[in-house]
Amino acid sequence: MIKYLKLHDEKCVGCMTCQATCSRLYFKEDDPAKSRIQVFQMGLGKFHLVACDQECRKCVIECPTQAITVNAQGVVMINKGLCVGCLACVAVCPIGAMRYFPGDPAPFKCIACGACVKTCPADALEVAEKEESPASRLPFEIAEAARKKEVHS
Amino acid sequence: MSAFKAADFRLLGQYDFEPKSIQRGYAMRTLHLDVGTRKATEKPVSEDMKKRFTGGKGFGLKLLWDATKPSTKWNDPENEIVMGMGPIGGNTNYPGSGKSLVVSLSPMTGVPIDSNVGGFFGPYFKFGGWDALELQGKADVETIIFIDSNNGTVQFFEAPANLQQDTHLLAEELTHAFARDEKDLQSVSVVSAGRGADHSPMGILNFSLYDKRRQGIRVKQAGRGGIGTVLRDKKIRALVCRFSGVKPDLNNAADPAEVQRIGLKLHREIVVNDDAQCKMRKQGTAHLMEIMNNYDLLPTKNHKYGQDPRGDEIASWVWEKLFSQNLPDGCWYGCTMACAHAVDHYELQTGPYKGSKVCVDGPEYETAAGVGSNLYVYDPLGIVELNFYCDTYGIDTISFGTMTSFLMECWELGVLNAERTDGIDLTWGNWKGAAQILHDMADGKRFGVLAGKGVKFLAGYFVSEYGADPQVMKDIALHGKGLEQSEYISKESLAQQGGYYLTNKGPQHDEAWLIFMDMVNNHIPTFEKKAEALHYFPMFRTWFGLQGLCKLPWNDVEPADNGKHPEPNKVPEHVENYFRLYTAITGEPLTWDGLVRQSERVYNFQRTFNIRQGYGHRKDDYPAYRAMGPVFEDEYLAREERYDRQMKEKIGIDPAGKSLAEKVKITRDYRMSQYESLVDAVFKRRGWTPDGCPTPEHMREIGMDLPEVLEVLKARMAGRI
Repeated sequence: MIKYLKLHDEKCVGCMTCQATCSRLYFKEDDPAKSRIQVFQMGLGKFHLVACDQECRKCVIECPTQAITVNAQGVVMINKGLCVGCLACVAVCPIGAMRYFPGDPAPFKCIACGACVKTCPADALEVAEKEESPASRLPFEIAEAARKKEVHS
Repeated sequence: MSAFKAADFRLLGQYDFEPKSIQRGYAMRTLHLDVGTRKATEKPVSEDMKKRFTGGKGFGLKLLWDATKPSTKWNDPENEIVMGMGPIGGNTNYPGSGKSLVVSLSPMTGVPIDSNVGGFFGPYFKFGGWDALELQGKADVETIIFIDSNNGTVQFFEAPANLQQDTHLLAEELTHAFARDEKDLQSVSVVSAGRGADHSPMGILNFSLYDKRRQGIRVKQAGRGGIGTVLRDKKIRALVCRFSGVKPDLNNAADPAEVQRIGLKLHREIVVNDDAQCKMRKQGTAHLMEIMNNYDLLPTKNHKYGQDPRGDEIASWVWEKLFSQNLPDGCWYGCTMACAHAVDHYELQTGPYKGSKVCVDGPEYETAAGVGSNLYVYDPLGIVELNFYCDTYGIDTISFGTMTSFLMECWELGVLNAERTDGIDLTWGNWKGAAQILHDMADGKRFGVLAGKGVKFLAGYFVSEYGADPQVMKDIALHGKGLEQSEYISKESLAQQGGYYLTNKGPQHDEAWLIFMDMVNNHIPTFEKKAEALHYFPMFRTWFGLQGLCKLPWNDVEPADNGKHPEPNKVPEHVENYFRLYTAITGEPLTWDGLVRQSERVYNFQRTFNIRQGYGHRKDDYPAYRAMGPVFEDEYLAREERYDRQMKEKIGIDPAGKSLAEKVKITRDYRMSQYESLVDAVFKRRGWTPDGCPTPEHMREIGMDLPEVLEVLKARMAGRI
């Protein structure tokens, strides 16, 4: 199973409380550029929320130091001690959920901690679980295949 | 895993240094190690040295010049191996920023060779606070040099008798021996050669990186010109560097956020464009195979032909299947171009490791062409096998490929036979015969020892010992200055003949690759335009080597709208990235002219270095005729229509009624005269005399009028050297 932050765009009222909560928790300041969840206004009264779906794991494949791994709950985690700050993960993230703040050494992303869920006034966020998909199994299968692959002459 | 721990090695000497942080890309000091006396010396880098030589290869050549004499030969103790990292080297944001530039007086050419190599050693060494490493002297015992960049120690160890010699085992063994624990393996990088480098001048340096996913070491090669042979001549078994704590800001860039921004911009461009462009992330440089074959540019049978119907058997898609996919195959952190692919779990079919399953680094394009089509080998696994043994024995795949194709052609011509090859069948396509030469080279026995001396030597030897036709040998021994040509057909592109042979080190494609501009697109039709390209591109490409950069992310991916620029071949937006990157790290502004000027200084210094060593004449800059046109009548006939048309349209002679021998000669005379005109135009554009000597005025203009440089140039112009 994969634990992730489920996003309900239709309920979002654009108050940005989630961003404030997130950046305060992890960066000790209220700055949307340092939030792991992003709120985009798509039109009058319409919003689009972006946070890691924990599923595609392209960043896990791309990381040269294996600083990005998947924990027991299926959440993609960054080990800052191993991170060399190359930002390849930021480049490969298809939805822009892997973020970095200019000048800071390591990127950051949503880890489905649920802090924003508690402060959201509109019930637009929830911590949920989903099944592993073929996409989410990809990196491990590939790594395993590279170790075990046979080349027949 | 390893039979050894570092504590098992006998310590012969130790030097402690104060690790120093890099400031704006520079440490402002270099480390000199004398492996004979086991002494270490720290040398300051002056502002003047930084201004004139920039870094990387520039620093390497300056230090090599100072350490050697005009009479120094490659195997004299004072010859050095110098590695320079460059100010941009070691950043983790911009793809291709982990290159070390290695220079030495080459066993193949007698003049400085420079080689650009990935792997972790260079940056790890730099992070101890050094801009360059000099290795001088000769050890009396087999020596391992261990540099701990975190602790600030240099240790000289005696290699135990039962330590491995071939790289795939040695580098693995030493990585485990010097890592603190299993988690520390990625902190260790090893530089080593192999047994082949003990017996042939075409020895390479393998720079390792630990691949966490494969749980083993990978190797990248400083391949050209025999630096591995110099390493072994110094009795250095391996250099080992350890550094933990790679971070993006270790260069202490003037503007780290800007470095991130530019790096991320290119990362994204690669991720988005690569699949539709070069497929470097899936195929590496092997993506070129069918392109070259289709354009009649893929060396086939010792560059006799450029194409074969069997080309598809070793095309890019074949390699894509053999390479393990979806792995971050960069040779330094943060290289999303990730072209350093590998064939995993390949079961060796020959030699001492037959039956072992190994990870084979590559093949890259040059290897797949050099030991593939050029030997008429279309069995991809044969290519993989030769690739592996070249690497682990410490042999350059390019020189080996060109050398073996020469031998196979000599076999076809009857110059060689089984008696002369110690029983090795060198029929075209017999890769097992080629493999046997390699095994002989490693053993230092039999035919491999002779073969490994390279085509320049062999051509002369076959004339004197076997009575081979001297002109034929001269025509088909494809080398310049003693270095074998790399793997592109240059016959139909005059500009590329210059790109190969009007070089400082010999015919390697890293200075200029002009075939498409010249032959396919006809963008540089006049001598002046060719000369301009043969000024600009070598200068521009030299700059990568001054900075610690790889050339590939410059034009093996392009912005989607690159074609809108008037000069798309220069990839102007990427050049702009480089200005910004240089300024973001060093804090110094840089313009297009300034970039070329940095390179011009070092390029002309290298030419002067050649002159100081007694070379660098115009006569040293000529190709074998095989690189210029059809040597044999059947070679002419194979492209008769093309050559006949050229005779009519370009030469102004009607081929009708001419005999084949006459047509071959007319073509030859014309092409030779074209080359002469090209040399005249290029030397003039570069500010050199007709004999290829940079003029003192030119050196003053570019800010390279150092007294020792002017002294050499004046002596050459006065005919004293």
